[in-house]
Amino acid sequence: MLGIIRQKLGAGSSSATMLGQLQRIRPAASALRSFSSSAKEQMTVRDALNSALDEEMSADPKVFLMGEEVGEYQGAYKITKGLLDKYGPERVLDTPITEAGFTGIGVGAAYYGLKPVVEFMTFNFSMQAIDHIINSAAKSNYMSAGQINVPIVFRGPNGAAAGVGAQHSQCYAAWFAAVPGLKVLAPYSSEDARGLLKAAIRDPDPVVFLENELLYGESFPVSAEVFDSSFCLPIGKAKIEREGKDITITAFSKMVGYALQAAEILAKEGINAEVINLRSIRPLDRATINTSVRKTNRLITVEEGFPQHGVGAEICASVVEESFGYLDAPVERVAGADVPMPYAANLERLAVPQIEDIVRAAKRACYRSVPLAASA
Amino acid sequence: MSFSAATTQPLRLNTTAGAAARSNDKVPSSLLMSKTPSFLGSTRKLRPGCVAAKPNAQRRSAVVSVSEAVKEKKASASTNLLITREEGLELYEDMVLGRAFEDMCAQMYYRGKMFGFVHLYNGQEAVSTGFIKLTKQEDTVVSTYRDHVHSLSKGVPAREVMSELFGKATGCCRGQGGSMHMFSKAHNLIGGFAFIGEGIPVATGAAFSSKYRREVLKQADCDHVTLAFFGDGTANNGQFFECLNMAALWKLPIVFVVENNLWAIGMSHLRATSDPEIWKKGPAFGMPGVHVDGMDVLKVREVAKEAIGRARRGEGPTLVECETYRFRGHSLADPDELRDPAEKAHYAARDPITALKKYIFEHNLASEQELKAIDKKIDEVLEDAVEFADESPLPPRSQLLENVFADPKGFGIGPDGRYRCEDPKFTQGTAKV
Ligand SMILES: Cc1ncc(C[n+]2csc(CCOP(=O)(O)OP(=O)(O)O)c2C)c(N)n1
Ligand SMILES: [Mg+2]
Repeated sequence: MLGIIRQKLGAGSSSATMLGQLQRIRPAASALRSFSSSAKEQMTVRDALNSALDEEMSADPKVFLMGEEVGEYQGAYKITKGLLDKYGPERVLDTPITEAGFTGIGVGAAYYGLKPVVEFMTFNFSMQAIDHIINSAAKSNYMSAGQINVPIVFRGPNGAAAGVGAQHSQCYAAWFAAVPGLKVLAPYSSEDARGLLKAAIRDPDPVVFLENELLYGESFPVSAEVFDSSFCLPIGKAKIEREGKDITITAFSKMVGYALQAAEILAKEGINAEVINLRSIRPLDRATINTSVRKTNRLITVEEGFPQHGVGAEICASVVEESFGYLDAPVERVAGADVPMPYAANLERLAVPQIEDIVRAAKRACYRSVPLAASA
Repeated sequence: MSFSAATTQPLRLNTTAGAAARSNDKVPSSLLMSKTPSFLGSTRKLRPGCVAAKPNAQRRSAVVSVSEAVKEKKASASTNLLITREEGLELYEDMVLGRAFEDMCAQMYYRGKMFGFVHLYNGQEAVSTGFIKLTKQEDTVVSTYRDHVHSLSKGVPAREVMSELFGKATGCCRGQGGSMHMFSKAHNLIGGFAFIGEGIPVATGAAFSSKYRREVLKQADCDHVTLAFFGDGTANNGQFFECLNMAALWKLPIVFVVENNLWAIGMSHLRATSDPEIWKKGPAFGMPGVHVDGMDVLKVREVAKEAIGRARRGEGPTLVECETYRFRGHSLADPDELRDPAEKAHYAARDPITALKKYIFEHNLASEQELKAIDKKIDEVLEDAVEFADESPLPPRSQLLENVFADPKGFGIGPDGRYRCEDPKFTQGTAKV
């Protein structure tokens, strides 16, 4: 696993070389940031996902959708609304509640070049299909020495939901990101959702696409470019959501919003935070992260998942390996509490990162005036 | 074994037959007889060219015999009554409690007292009551996310269930579990499983433990039975079939109770399954399969008696399909737009509580006043439960990190048989580990 990983990016973006551990640090300047300058219209994450599915289905008859309640019910969270009417029951398949079965069926179809988009009503239920995601999908290209690639997308809401207790509320980013052969994406905004989902569907490999239920209804400004049906984002590239010079905050999915709000608060206190929206958990954009840390010399990672062996742990390792000499303060991970999600609202709030937790951690890193303590 | 799918009514009792006849008055006979697709499921037209198979035309709804034993026993029974007065009142009280509890939950949810996914049981009470009221405290119940009423039937106090739903420290799981995760070890209610199918193997494991205790640990009196409750949608999940196989293979003391309410969220049973007659899977795996009218608590109870008896006698598992209906949406968040109003009305007219009431009156088991007194009692129980839950304290902050392991700190058991973390030297960092 020390070698350099060559990665073909999906159509719509140029191919690039992702570097493995011994990454050369490139400047973080990103063309993507220019999107934020053009004229803006609002779009919800739900519409972004729905339109991405619609356009990709319309562009490629090999793309089909399967999952529970994706058809007549229009999706448990209405992401697939209207698609059954438009594409018919042959391409929008309501499945029985058999994740192990229908996920495996999706994988088998992908072996033969179809492009299934498998919806998990929530990613919690992907646990019943984990064998097919990891053993049938992620390993086939390698086991078959490149004879059989698996162009499949596993998508659905991931992460902490509200008031639903331990089984329905957890983040799987680190779980899937631990598996070679999977690409793991986690959109935050509507632009992310649209661009990354299109990239995922066009991608020749299995992609785990982690949405967030609590973001579906949120509106984001999007540029005309994003509306274009050819719009697509590169897999493996992070986005600098907010430039800053004092501290780097990495986050993904819903936590990007929290990190941005924390950055606002920090700005009022004279701390200028740079917020990185990871977008892609695997491949991880080590270059952008390290470039940022070399500039700010401080790092906080934010995620909803469990702290141990988490995404933050991987980022810290990367920074320690590649930019150790640049760090002016210990790195801190803001993560979910190391417990299953409790139901009671007051405990639940304590179990997931809050904006104040990010602010406090950032201040600790900048001032060293507050004693270091375990996060969350 | 005979699993005659015949219309032979094993319970040759006026009541059962009478009840069927009575419901015939209100219900088109096609719904009860097997000629037409009697199974409602979806009245929505299947889309032309839809990949889903056409539902099997043959759907009979008569109760299928579990075994010969019940017939003989019933034939020689001296009374025509299925239940005594006391039993009737107990069943009535339990069903009213279940119904009123769920109605109260809806109110409390809309008032913001409970949160997340709240799945109510209205309409299905005959199943919970019909089965669970026949169990002993030691018998195990395994439920799903739709678990409030199973908990109540098993004897978990309404206060504790309500308080759990409020997320309070006095709840049966101290507010840590919530609506979908009720547990009460004292009552042998072992979940509360929110994922489809996952309760079935766990229940089978509970049944395995009964047999193991009796045969390996020589606890001769361990004749405990496990009831696994789950829905029609769940009966398409592989874990169900895997466990039917193992339960039959190892003759485990379990009853698989399918609450076929014809829908899995917005997925009609008929669109989800190649053969909608779930009970048939029993014989396929070598155990009796029974279909019963799940809107009739007395019928459910008769079948339950036989199935639980079989399990207790060590004769192995039974699969029981109860045809029932939920009177509300899948959860309080479900817009419930796909179910046909005519279908809803049809089942509303077969309200299991109304039916039991009628039976009680017709057989002079109790007076209207007596039932009203029970209603009133339940109202008081619920008022008390809500007040109790409302006034109970929130779980303290410190509770967040508790209960992750049985072992308080997670460092295991030392050579002295005690938790390593309890060794003072351990905390001082001087212990040899
Ligand atoms: C593994 C898994 N997949 C999906 C879900 C989402 N889900 C919750 S309830 C439900 C429908 C279940 O229907 P059924 O088994 O008929 O039980 P009912 O709700 O009708 O009581 C679904 C799909 C889940 N909880 N677990
Ligand atoms: Mg159902």
